[in-house]
Formats: sequence, structure tokens, C-alpha cells
Amino acid sequence: MFRSLLIANRGEIARRIGTVARSMGLRTIAVYSDADAQAPFVKEADQAVRLGPPPPKDSYLNLEALIRAAKETGAEAVHPGYGFVSENAEFARACTEAGIVFVGPPPESMGRMKDKAQARALAAGAGVPVVPGSDGVVADLRGAGEAAERIGFPLLVKAAGGGGGIGMAVAGSQAELEKAFRACADRARSAFGRDAVYLERYFPAPRHIEVQILGDTQGNLLQVLERECSIQRRHQKVVEEAGSPLFLERKNAALLQRMTQAALAAARAFGYANAGTVEFLVADGEFFFIEMNARLQVEHPVTELTTGVDLIGWQLRIAAGERLTLKQEEIRRQGHALEFRIYAEDPVRFLPSPGPLKVFRPPEGEGIRVDAGYSEGGVVTPYYDPLLAKLIVSGKSRAEAIQRSEAALQRFDIQGLKNNVPLHLRIVRDQAFQAGELDTHFLEHHAKPEPRSP
Amino acid sequence: MDVPAHITGTVWKVEVSVGQEVAAGDVLVILESMKMEMPIEAPEAGTVKEVRCQPNQPVNEGDVLVVLGP
Repeated sequence: MFRSLLIANRGEIARRIGTVARSMGLRTIAVYSDADAQAPFVKEADQAVRLGPPPPKDSYLNLEALIRAAKETGAEAVHPGYGFVSENAEFARACTEAGIVFVGPPPESMGRMKDKAQARALAAGAGVPVVPGSDGVVADLRGAGEAAERIGFPLLVKAAGGGGGIGMAVAGSQAELEKAFRACADRARSAFGRDAVYLERYFPAPRHIEVQILGDTQGNLLQVLERECSIQRRHQKVVEEAGSPLFLERKNAALLQRMTQAALAAARAFGYANAGTVEFLVADGEFFFIEMNARLQVEHPVTELTTGVDLIGWQLRIAAGERLTLKQEEIRRQGHALEFRIYAEDPVRFLPSPGPLKVFRPPEGEGIRVDAGYSEGGVVTPYYDPLLAKLIVSGKSRAEAIQRSEAALQRFDIQGLKNNVPLHLRIVRDQAFQAGELDTHFLEHHAKPEPRSP
Repeated sequence: MDVPAHITGTVWKVEVSVGQEVAAGDVLVILESMKMEMPIEAPEAGTVKEVRCQPNQPVNEGDVLVVLGP
């Protein structure tokens, strides 16, 4: 095992990785932008290096500054967390060239997953069902029109190389397709340097269910069961849980079995090692591959809490070349866990709300874990994503976890900026949520605020 | 008429220039905040009198971005 780890990230995930790494006896090195100089993840690290000004391109996305920081501090390994450089094959290669271990999959494997059209073709080739789509990028509007005729409307238009809701639009007709195509091509060009766009069938009410994968560099591959992340806003996850209500009490066991096997087949096709996630859409008893994420997911704690598998710990051991000693038959779920992403945003319109955290008092108690990126007195800036903290609640059953969640959310005291705790309270009190009737458009129809009395 | 930023963030794109005529709902400026892009639209038709922001500039909620006139 290496003895020192540079964490190329910020906020809650940098803090969490640091905590795990220090518990394993590693020296941790934080990197930070000027906006984060006083953040908990910087203070708690054994050493901290300034990267640059707040904008991500000058700090957390600045490959040169990151490699320089690793070299100067003698870091033997780099953990990229999620977002930022986590799925950047160029960065992974730069680490390897500098003699630093990159905690993640091999760069070639990352390249295969990052290009969504290529990823889709690889998955389909491995026998994994994929969403009917354009089979590669469409170069122009005419190509898009022809593909649309074949796939049928409604369609989802996506920018290749995009993610996290950036560069996506739904089109219900040829006229809407034109508008969506132009918007996505424009976004792809400005964000990723090329205007490659692809199309796929759009499902009006699918569930988002994903399978956690863990693999070592000797070719051992495990699936660490499923998570459901159907509660989303703007294609971004808001609440996640393990297991999926679709499979509780051994319901739909055959479907789950096929999905976990498909996830393993996809991971094998990508030449995967380390922790990764295969995402599926589930609709009408069928499942379709969306993408494989070459990194730790934001929602990994719900898997950790219900399976007992220490995902970050395994990431570090696998990166150090250790063998995965867990056996597939040892991976069993116990109880249920929910994760609530606490965002600095308006709980009704979902608009960003940066500002000072005048009061920040997370709840404590049985079954409650809080991974927070900030502490009271901190300032949330507009430069990064709005995630303040993750509230993760577990219980013996889903009902118990929901009950504990409601109590925990009620006690979560945040003042100084708008936050989505009120939204989470509406979700846990919603009858459809309690019944496990979820789909990715849940928030468009459920958990609405009470209309104000005149 | 002053068109203000409705969120704190940075200017990603300025879509209009001084002298340009715009219709209600036309996108004037696109802001970026917390990894999200937010278009600022013209509340009514008019002519762009002033552009008070440029790409990459940080802005606060309430800052005037564009001034429209008849």
C-alpha cells in the first residue's frame, strides 16, 4: 500500500476520502482553490496545497497544477473523487507518467466509457440491452431527422461527452428536434470542443437503477447490488436508496438477476478495474444500459451502509495492486438506506442559492450519517456544484429508514441560504414515495409545495 | 429598463450587443452558477441600450446585466 494520497477534489467527497485514507494510516494531501481555503477538507488534511483562483479550470480542473502539487508533496497516489478530473483519461495518464498511482480504472477503460456512443456499442456487443438510438453520433440535422424516423418520438437528444444533465434535450416532433439538435451541438462544441450529438428513445416514466461494480487488476469482478436513483431534478439525482423498492421482498428477482449479470458483462467489456457503476433505465419490466461511470458515485454510501463493503477503502487497496478478497456470495444486503442530497438551492424552483452558512447543524442519532462539505460559518460560493452535505439514513426496513429520515430532516438546521431540506421533507411524506412508486419524473408530479393561502 | 441577474454566478455568454433589437423572451445573457446555466431573457421587446457585463465576470443577484430602451 502507498503511504500518501493526494485528493484531487473538494467538499464532502474530499473530506470523506481523507477520513478513510487517514484511518488506513495514509498521509493525506488536500488541494484547494482560493474559494475553499477555509473549508473543513483543507483543515483536516495532513498537508494542503493551493491550486489557484476559484474557477474550476484554474483550480480543480487544472491538470498541470494538480500534477505539480502531487510531485511537490511526494504523493504516491491521487484519488480524484467524483466530477472534476475523475473521468479524465488524460489526467490518469499524466499521473502514471509522473510515477503516481491514479485511483481509478485504467485510462483505456475510461476512454471507452466516456464516449457514450462507443460505450453503447461496446455494451450492446456484450449482450447488454441498450436504449434504441442513433447507433453513433449524427453529424447534422438531416442525419438526426433520419435517425428519428427510425427510432420514433419522443426522443432524447444528447451531446456526446456530456453528463450530469448538461447538453440534453427532449424532442417530441421533427420541429422540436431541430431546436434540440442545435442547442446540444452548440453546448457540445463549447464544452467539449466538438459538436457530436446522438439520439435515443425517450421513456416518459422510467426508473433509474444502477449496479455497483468492484474489480481488481487481476481480473476479479464483483457486483455490489443495486441502488435506485429515480428522484431527480434536471436529470440530476436528489434522493437515492439501496435497495430499489422495485426489488424489495424479493419482488422481480429474475429482472434483478438479469440486470446484475448485464452490469458484470458491461464492466468486463470495458476492461474495468476499481469501483464503477453501470446505470440502467428500467421501464415496463425491461432494462436498458445508459452508461458506465468510471468513478466513485456520489451515492456510494447507501451501498456501504447496506452491504458493509467499504468502497473507498477497496478503491485504495485495488489501486495499490491488492487482490479483491471479497466473494460474490458474501455480498448480501442488510436493511435499507436512503441518501438525501442537501443542496444550496431554492426548494421549489431549484435555482442555485450560494451564500453564507450562518447556521449549519446536521442531525445526529441512530442510523444517521452526514457527509458534509461545509461547517457553520462557511461560505458556499457559486463556483461549484450546490451540494452542501449528504444525509444518509439507514434502518432495518425501508419504512423504518423513511421514518428516521423524516425526523432527521426536521432537525437539520440550516440558515443563511436557501436549501432543499423542505423539498426532502415533502418527498418522505409523499404517499407514492412511501409506496416505492418512483420514476425519474417523480418531482414533476409529486412532493409539490402546498399552495399559499391567499 | 434594467435587466438584473436573478442568481449569483458568473456570466457564461452575452448573446446581444448594443443597438440590437430584441423581442420579449429573447435570451440576453446566459449565467452559470453551481454548474447550471440560467438564461436571462428580455422581459419585454426593446433595443439594447447598454451591456453591463462580459463573459467570465462574477455577478451578484440583483446586478444589472443589460439595459433595454424603447
